[in-house]
Amino acid sequence: MNRIDQCFARLRDESRKALIPYITAGDPAPQYTAEFLHALVEAGADLLEVGVPFSDPMADGPVIQKACERALKQGTRLSHVFDIVREFRQEDTRTPIVLMGYLNPIERMGYDTFARECRAAGVDGVLIVDMPPEEADELSVHLNEHALHAVYLIAPTTSDERAAVIGRHGSGYLYYVSLKGVTGSASIDVEAVSRQLAHLRQFSDLPLCVGFGIRDAQSAAAVAQVADGVIVGSALVGLIADNADTPDVIATKLAGTLAGMREAMDRT
Amino acid sequence: MSRYSDLTRLPDARGRYGVHGGRFVSETLSFALEELERIYAGLKDDAEFQAAFDYDLSHYVGRPSPLYHASRWSNELGGAQIWLKREDLNHTGAHKINNTIGQALLAKKSGKPRVIAETGAGQHGVATATVCARLGLKCEIYMGAEDVERQKLNVYRMRLLGAEVHAVESGSRTLKDAMNEALRDWVTNVDDTFYIIGTVAGPHPYPAMVRDFTSVIGREARRQSLEQIGHLPDALVACVGGGSNAIGLFYPFIEDEGVAMYGVEAGGEGIESGRHAAPLAGNAPRGVLHGNRTYIMSDEGGQVLDTHSISAGLDYPGVGPEHAHWKDIGRVNYVVANDDQVLEAFREVTRIEGIMPALETAHALAHAKVLAREMTPDQHIVVNLSGRGDKDILTVARIDGIEF
Repeated sequence: MNRIDQCFARLRDESRKALIPYITAGDPAPQYTAEFLHALVEAGADLLEVGVPFSDPMADGPVIQKACERALKQGTRLSHVFDIVREFRQEDTRTPIVLMGYLNPIERMGYDTFARECRAAGVDGVLIVDMPPEEADELSVHLNEHALHAVYLIAPTTSDERAAVIGRHGSGYLYYVSLKGVTGSASIDVEAVSRQLAHLRQFSDLPLCVGFGIRDAQSAAAVAQVADGVIVGSALVGLIADNADTPDVIATKLAGTLAGMREAMDRT
Repeated sequence: MSRYSDLTRLPDARGRYGVHGGRFVSETLSFALEELERIYAGLKDDAEFQAAFDYDLSHYVGRPSPLYHASRWSNELGGAQIWLKREDLNHTGAHKINNTIGQALLAKKSGKPRVIAETGAGQHGVATATVCARLGLKCEIYMGAEDVERQKLNVYRMRLLGAEVHAVESGSRTLKDAMNEALRDWVTNVDDTFYIIGTVAGPHPYPAMVRDFTSVIGREARRQSLEQIGHLPDALVACVGGGSNAIGLFYPFIEDEGVAMYGVEAGGEGIESGRHAAPLAGNAPRGVLHGNRTYIMSDEGGQVLDTHSISAGLDYPGVGPEHAHWKDIGRVNYVVANDDQVLEAFREVTRIEGIMPALETAHALAHAKVLAREMTPDQHIVVNLSGRGDKDILTVARIDGIEF
């Protein structure tokens, strides 16, 4: 069984919601990422989204754009991201990892090699921002072959027709983009999200996790009331940016912020 | 039947040209593209819409543009006869207006009051700002900060026309970054915003739509060739950045097997220097950027490379997916002209014909020169004179060591 499925089954049994942090691999430098991931797990992360840096992150706001720039400046490429996952897996074989990024580095590597490398390194799923299900048929074959989940986005603008297609193609969980915009933009409207999620339940039995616009313990707790999981990215990446010159303090700060979210989510 | 007949049936239902094209966008934009595809499919063959488009092209743009025999330059070169398709004489001074007229009519039809666009040299930005002024649409233009610097005149033109110009500071601060930022804007304001893409790239249906609007160039050139030359030309030449003016000229000739075609990319300081913007001639790998699969200049890790060209309008690491397909099947020859050859052609055509071309266009002229000399005086080449050079005067002056 895929680690992602195990994770959500366990959470369901415990009546808890998933807390899913996102950080960009290689930010501020590749040697720190595995340490940050361990710190996030200790602070209460259930699943980890690891960003693959890309030169043209079209769906990301300035915070994650700059994270990509820092990581690329340090030479972080897709092959290094696998090294980071491998390093993480030496100590943690339980927490699922989803790679999140854009298609071009994967096209360049080749779909088959990519899927094989994911599997070998200990990746459990992939979320490719600029690959909607209609364009995913070729890659899906390779992902299936290596038992990797394909996580897809659902947006407030997604039609029912498309939601049904995405529900059929997706595996692991569905990532509901809470707002129209790029990562790290305006705050979330929990009531609207709640309505949308209720509507989306008819199209899929997959866990529905919500990202974009969750920046503190309060919004995390509010979203956890209505969703199966809470994804937090820019708020953490912003912490890395603020402390990029003193990388040794970053793990502690990330853990502190995430622990606050965990606590608020579990309290409610 | 020509062996190229199939080419007029592309793209397929998924927006593919062979393996290229498609719709690689984040989920938030999918609905907007489906909606656009529906609206365009409904209007494409709609007589009233086409009549409105044609009316604007005649009375606002000033079409048809002449096909001019550059006889003095041809004689001087001593080879084939060179004919210039004078898109520089269009309103706003370049071929870009043909496409923006079409897309602005679509914006109006779809009821979206706000228009955004990306621009490199500023020609597409100016063309967009112009049609928005005329139709009363709010207009915001994204332009790389480096291009804002080297195309100051066009920036000011856009502002005079009422557009807001955003200088994009991210990445390489050129056209690709402007497109990233425009996509970010669109994803945020997708409900009330129409994105007028300026070239035959981007997610389906943009490449097909832009091709259709801009093909008026080739339809006229084909008719004019028959009238003025008496037969079809032997070769067509156009510069290729994203590839809109080239597709505009080539597409109506695509089934004419006897017509050779040359797309001229920006060789910059030379392909071997790595400082160029020639994904096709430079044999860049296949990739996905800005919503479509095509050839993209990227490093081994799939990171998009910075490009270099003397002309801001060609400074783009990708190329329209239909060009990528034409390269695959060998229909079009993709070649380069380097910065120094471009400047030479710019000066030569200005002095000999009294026509000052845009630096983008001068790439096509530079190759036409090479080609003409390999051909005979009874042969004919049509070059797309895609834009006028006024916007580049400061750039050329700077190279000559003159500051104003």
